[in-house]
Amino acid sequence: MSRNPATILEERNKRQRPQSGPDAVIEVEDLVTHYGDRMILQGVSMEVREKEIMVIMGGSGSGKSTLLRHLMALENKTSGTMRILGYDIDKISRKEFLEVRKKLGVASQSGALFSSMTVGDNIMLPLYEHTDLDPLTMEIMARMKLEVVELSGFEDLMPSELSGGMIKRAAFARAIVMDPRVLFCDEPSAGLDPVVASALDDLILDMRDAMGMSIVVVTHELDSAFKIADRITILDRGKILMIGTVEEVLKSKSDRVQALLNRTPEEDVMDPDEYLDRLVGESNPGTAHL
Amino acid sequence: MAERKLSKMERVEDVGRTTVAFVESVGNGGILVAESIYWLLFGVRERQPVRLSAVIHQMMEIGVRAIPIIFMLTGTIGVMLAIQGIHTLRIFGAESRVTIGIAFSVVREFAPLITGILVAGRSGSALAARIGTMKINQEIDALKVMGINPTRFLVVPALLAMLVMVPALTLFGIFTGLFAAGLYVNADLGISLAAYAHDTIDILSLDDLGHGLGKSVIFAILIAVIGVVNGAGVQGGAEGVGKATTRAVVQSISAIIVTDMLFAFVATR
Repeated sequence: MSRNPATILEERNKRQRPQSGPDAVIEVEDLVTHYGDRMILQGVSMEVREKEIMVIMGGSGSGKSTLLRHLMALENKTSGTMRILGYDIDKISRKEFLEVRKKLGVASQSGALFSSMTVGDNIMLPLYEHTDLDPLTMEIMARMKLEVVELSGFEDLMPSELSGGMIKRAAFARAIVMDPRVLFCDEPSAGLDPVVASALDDLILDMRDAMGMSIVVVTHELDSAFKIADRITILDRGKILMIGTVEEVLKSKSDRVQALLNRTPEEDVMDPDEYLDRLVGESNPGTAHL
Repeated sequence: MAERKLSKMERVEDVGRTTVAFVESVGNGGILVAESIYWLLFGVRERQPVRLSAVIHQMMEIGVRAIPIIFMLTGTIGVMLAIQGIHTLRIFGAESRVTIGIAFSVVREFAPLITGILVAGRSGSALAARIGTMKINQEIDALKVMGINPTRFLVVPALLAMLVMVPALTLFGIFTGLFAAGLYVNADLGISLAAYAHDTIDILSLDDLGHGLGKSVIFAILIAVIGVVNGAGVQGGAEGVGKATTRAVVQSISAIIVTDMLFAFVATR
């Protein structure tokens, strides 16, 4: 770990954090999912509470992005139950599902701004599609959201004219334009320099404080996670290793959790027969083809 | 590294996998058309109407911007048909009857075929590339999370624009092809343009025009569906987009030519 737990907690305590509500906006129980024959999530259970920032962490291939896609109701699960804003997504009607969707926002890793539209049009798109507001009101709302993310005056530019950090900010503006109850952020600080990444973390905290939304963040940046998280879910090979506050995670006695925090790679134990098979390209039952 | 030799069983598995993938693509295409019809009919009721502005934008891209190249190619084909027709009929001393061949060939075959192939290469590939790029940039996911149906938002405008513009371009191609052929016939055989036009109108019936335009409607659906299915199936970043684009063009052109033959077989015999 780059810094000691006491310093991390001291820095966190400098900022007043609102109390998260008792109600869960997202509840997941025993979620199992496969890609083909491969099991990706193995009985994941978790909840995201009102007004809380839940950070999902884990190594590469731990299933954190897949879990995020499930939380956004973008993937079909093999088994388990999932409730978003109180609706069981297996029993939800089409109309209710659309209403739920309108209360979700997403800021993707790449920003996912539509390249054929200006920044302003990108931000106005959800308003244009879901409301009957007149164009002037939409423009005013888009400008307000751009101000929240400190991008005032950039509404007429095309996404290709923005820097990486600005694209992510514009994506946040689009994600919050409908005042969602849950905001999903996929690797918000990926590919950004530390200063811009830290500013983006502040933005996430500010948005939660100002708008009272729940925020789910997938990240592998430890500094960022410790700065913004109210609670952290740690995934390991498709299973939940632990869910807890930053303090609980830092004090965890679990070897796997400590390995993740200290960025210690796991020792790869290889079956000699399997290794030989892989080298010679032989296939036997139960071994995937190369 | 040397490629591993596949066993017989693995070859059979490969054939099976390819067949399943083909059936899956056809199925996806069918679902896409059904979903598009649904959004077209019930979009307003669902409070997600198909935006006219998006359709017009697509019509500009697919149709209006293709006019110069359609003009050039169908005109060239018209002249080429006139040259070949006169050359062939001169053997029998019947070159003055070249109008019959030109009229039928342009209206029933060449204008719809050339327009279809050109739109497939120009707009089908663009559609596959656009949807593929949107998929790898997670823009499709963003649409879904925002509660915007991607079929209604991306596919229906393109499909509608194709359905209007491919027959319109075909009609334009018919006029251009016939006119260009008329100019050559006039120059080579001395038949006046008025006489040529009179002969052409005399020979052609509405059925012939319907044959050409009917085909172009089917071509429009094929180009849109194949473009979208390939774009939506993109995997593996920029390289995947390139492959999907190429595949979309090859499949569209193949489908157009095979459909053209089947259409001719069913409608002509």
